[in-house]
Amino acid sequence: MDNKFDAIVVGAGHNGLVCAALLAKADKRVLVLEANDQVGGAAITREFAEGYSVSACAHLLYQLQPEVRKDLKISTRLASEDMTTIALADDGNHLRLTTDSVSGVSDEDAEQYRRFRKRMTRFSDLLRKYLNKPPPRLGTKDFKDLVTLGQLGLDLRMLGKEEMQEFLRLIGMNIHDEVTERFESSLLKGAISLDAVLGTHLGPRSPNTIMTYLYRLAGDHGRSGVPAGGMGSVSNELAAAARGAGVTIRTAMPVKRIVIENGRATGVETESGERFESFTVVSNADPKRTVMELVGAQHVETGFTRRIHHLRAKGNAAKLHLALDGLPTIAGLSKKDYAERIVIAPDEHYVERAFNPAKYGESSPDPVIEMTFPSFRDETLAPTGKHVMSAVVQYAPYSLKGGWSATAKAEFEAAVVRTIERYAPDIAERITASELLTPADIEREFHITGGHWHHAELTLDQFLFVRPVSSAAQYSMPVDGLFLCGAGTHPGGGVSGAAGRNAARTILNGEKAA
Amino acid sequence: MNTQAPVHQGRLKSPFYSRIEPLDFLNEWHEWKGYSSADSLYCADLEYFAIRNATAVFDLTPMTKYRISGPDALDYLNRLVTRDMAKVKPGRVAYAVWCDDQGQVIDDGTIFHLREGEYRLCSQERHFAWLQASALGFDVSITHETEDVAALAVQGPTSFSTLSNMGLEGLGELKPFGLTHFDFQGTELMVSRTGFTGDLGYELWIDPDKAEALWDALFAAGELYGIRAIGTHALELSRIEAGFLAAYMEFLPADETVRTGRSRSPLELGLNWLVDFKKPNFNGRRALAEERRNGSAWQLVKLDIEGNKPAHNSYIFAKEKGNKSEIGFVTSAAWSPICKQNVALGTVRAPHGKPGDTVWVEIYYQREMHWNRQMAKASVVDKPFWFPPRRGATPPGPY
Repeated sequence: MDNKFDAIVVGAGHNGLVCAALLAKADKRVLVLEANDQVGGAAITREFAEGYSVSACAHLLYQLQPEVRKDLKISTRLASEDMTTIALADDGNHLRLTTDSVSGVSDEDAEQYRRFRKRMTRFSDLLRKYLNKPPPRLGTKDFKDLVTLGQLGLDLRMLGKEEMQEFLRLIGMNIHDEVTERFESSLLKGAISLDAVLGTHLGPRSPNTIMTYLYRLAGDHGRSGVPAGGMGSVSNELAAAARGAGVTIRTAMPVKRIVIENGRATGVETESGERFESFTVVSNADPKRTVMELVGAQHVETGFTRRIHHLRAKGNAAKLHLALDGLPTIAGLSKKDYAERIVIAPDEHYVERAFNPAKYGESSPDPVIEMTFPSFRDETLAPTGKHVMSAVVQYAPYSLKGGWSATAKAEFEAAVVRTIERYAPDIAERITASELLTPADIEREFHITGGHWHHAELTLDQFLFVRPVSSAAQYSMPVDGLFLCGAGTHPGGGVSGAAGRNAARTILNGEKAA
Repeated sequence: MNTQAPVHQGRLKSPFYSRIEPLDFLNEWHEWKGYSSADSLYCADLEYFAIRNATAVFDLTPMTKYRISGPDALDYLNRLVTRDMAKVKPGRVAYAVWCDDQGQVIDDGTIFHLREGEYRLCSQERHFAWLQASALGFDVSITHETEDVAALAVQGPTSFSTLSNMGLEGLGELKPFGLTHFDFQGTELMVSRTGFTGDLGYELWIDPDKAEALWDALFAAGELYGIRAIGTHALELSRIEAGFLAAYMEFLPADETVRTGRSRSPLELGLNWLVDFKKPNFNGRRALAEERRNGSAWQLVKLDIEGNKPAHNSYIFAKEKGNKSEIGFVTSAAWSPICKQNVALGTVRAPHGKPGDTVWVEIYYQREMHWNRQMAKASVVDKPFWFPPRRGATPPGPY
C-alpha cells in the first residue's frame, strides 16, 4: 500500500477527526493513526462492566460547535437535551438551574440569577465568536491578524463603556467573589462555583475562574445534552464523516515519533515500525507529548521547549462509573429528574474545601460531584431495569502523594460513594460494579499527559494568543509542516471540535498563501 | 561553639591570590563573577607590553566553566550553539556563540572537547539556567565547575619558550585551538592554545590544589623570558587590538535586555562564519534564517580612525557634516601601541559598515578641563588590527 499522504493526523480524538475530515473535504489524502482500538480519544463509549456501557471520559455534550456540525453534516441524536442542573440539598429542597432561571431560592436570588446569567451570556457570546477562529498573533504585521485583533478590541468596546469595564474586571477574577457578592443561597453559590471549576485544577477562589465559567457558557450558553449511545456516538459520526470524505483511519496504531528531517516534518513512524510519509503532520496529542515525546527537543528551540515544559497540565478531575441494579433513591427528586444533570456542591466553601487537599497532593475526602444516569433515557447502555451512573468527581490530583495505588483509588471511590450516600442512602447497596478513572488512568488510557481534560490548564496565561504557548498558538508549530489540533490549542477542551476545525482551516489557508 | 558551616561572604579569592597579591603594587581590583580580579598590578601599559613582547600571565579562574557530558552531549551542544560541533574533534577547542529562540546572542565563549563526548564550556557570564533549560529532553549532565578548575592565560611571544622551559615536552606540536594534557607533579595539567589577546598564547587548566605550585614553576621557567603577571586593563587593550567581542561591550546578553532592538544577532556581530545553516536545527535558526533573507538591522565594524584620540563612547556618522546622519556608536576604543593606530569596535545600522566604507567618528576629549570635539575620519576594516604570524605558526618560534 502507498505510504504517502497529503496529511497525517496523529490521534483520532474528536478534534483529530474533525481536522482530518475537513482536510479531506479539501481534496487531501489524509491518514489518521489512533493508538487505541476505537476512535474518539476521550470521547468514546465503552463497556466498563458486563452489559454496562458509559461515556468513558467526556460525558456531557455542551459545546459541539454548530460550525462543525454544519461543515461535516453531523446531526447527533441526543438522549437528553437542554438538561436542568439539579443542585442537591440535604433537606430535599433541591435547586433547579436552567440557562436563565433558578427555582428553589428566594425571589431576590432568582432575579439576581437571571441578571447574572444575562450578563454572563453576553460576555460568553463575545468569547464564542472567537472560539471558531485562530487567535491572532500579537506583535505581527499580518493583515488578517491585525483585523482579528482590531475586531476583538471593537467587540469589547461595543459592549458599551460600563459593560466593557465590567468584562475586563471580571475576566481575571474568581467566581467565589462574584457569587458571594450576588447571592444569598449557599446551594446556588456552590452550584455555580462547581460549574466554574469543573475539569480544572482550580478552586472557586482561584483567579480567572470566571473565565472558565464563561468558557463553559461559550459553547451553547451552558446547555448540555447526552448523546444517544454515549459520547462515542459523536466520535463515530465524525469518523463516518471523515471516512465519507476519503480519510483513512487506522486504529491500534500508536505513533512512536513524528519524523523531522532537515527542520521539517516528513511523516511518522509507528510503534510497530511502519513509516508513513507526509509533509503535513497534525498532532491531536497534547502539546507536551507532541513536543517532548513525538518530536523530541533536539528539533525545537530551548525557549520553546521550556515553555512547553512549564505548561500547567495536571488534571484534577476523575471519572467514576457505577453499574447499578436500580436507580438510587434521592429524596425530593421525581422520576424524570434522573434524566437531568445532578450536582453535589452544597455551598461555595464546600467546593473550595474540596480543592484544598488537592493543592498538597491529596484527594478530597468530601468531593464535588457532577453525576448523570445516562441509562435512564438510553436503554442501550445497561441491561433492562438496570442503570449506569457517570460522574465527574473532584478533586483527584494527578500527582497524588504516594501515587494512585489500588488502596488510594479505593479510598477515593469510597469517599465519593459516601458523599452520594448523604443524598441517596441506598446507592452503595445498588452498586454491582464500578470503575474509577483518576487523571493518572486517563493519562495512561487516553494518552493525555497529566490526564487533564483541557490538555493544558484553561487559565488566562494559557489562553487565546498564548495557548498552549506563544509561537505555537496558531496551530502551527515552530517546525515546518507540523501542526497541533487538540484541546491544548485554542480554544481548549470539551467536545466542541473548534480546535480541530480551526487547525484544518489554518493548514488550508497556509497552503493558499504559499 | 558555632556548629554551622560558614557562609562565604564577600568576594572569592582565586587560588592564585597568594601569588598575585605580593606582585600587586596598585591595589586596584574589581569584581568578576564573585571573584576579586586585578585591574592592573603595577602599570597597565607595561603589563600590556608583556603581552606583546614577552610572556604575560593572567588569572583566568573566574571565567565561568561548565562541564557538559553524557550520551547526548554532542546533540545538546549542536542545538545550543550556532556552529557545527560535530566538526570539533576531541582535543580541539571551538569559539562559539549561542542564541535565544529569536536568534539574539546570549553569550559567546569557548567549548573545549576534552575527551570523546566530554566538553567544557567557558564564558564570561553565568548561564546555568539557560543550559539547564536547554537540557530538557537530552541525556546530558551539566556541572558548574568554575571553582573546581584553576586557570591561567599565558600569552605573548615568549610564552611557548616559557612553557617549554617548564618542561612541557611536545607543546610545539599543539596547533591553535588545540588542547593537550601533561602531567604536572602528579596532577593532570591541561594546556590549550587559546587566548583573548590575539597573540601566540596558551591557557593552563589545573586542580586548584596545584595552582600555587603551577604558578611558581611557571614564573621560575619564565624568568629569563620576561614573564609578568597582568591585570584586566592590559588584557582589554589587547582584546580590542585582536578585534574580539566582549559581552556588555559589543553586545548585551539577550536575556539581560529589556528593550527590543538592544540585543544583537550573530550576523549583526560579524559572526556569520559561526552560523551553520546546514544544521537542521539550533537555537535561533529560524529567526536567523529570516534575518538572512530580510537583512540585518546592525553591523559590527572595526574602525581605523585618524588621529590619536581614542574614540571612547563616540557616535558614528555617515557624513562629516550634519548630525542627522548618525548611524551608530563605538563600543570599544583604544590607541593601539603595537599597531600605532587609533582603533575601535562599533555597531552601525546596516547597510552601513561594509569593509572599505568611510565613516566619521565624533570624538570628545578634554584638555585642561575644556572639552574639544573632533570629527575624525575612519575606515571600516575587515581584518583584526593585530594578527601576528606567530599566532598561527606551528611549531611557534623560540623567541
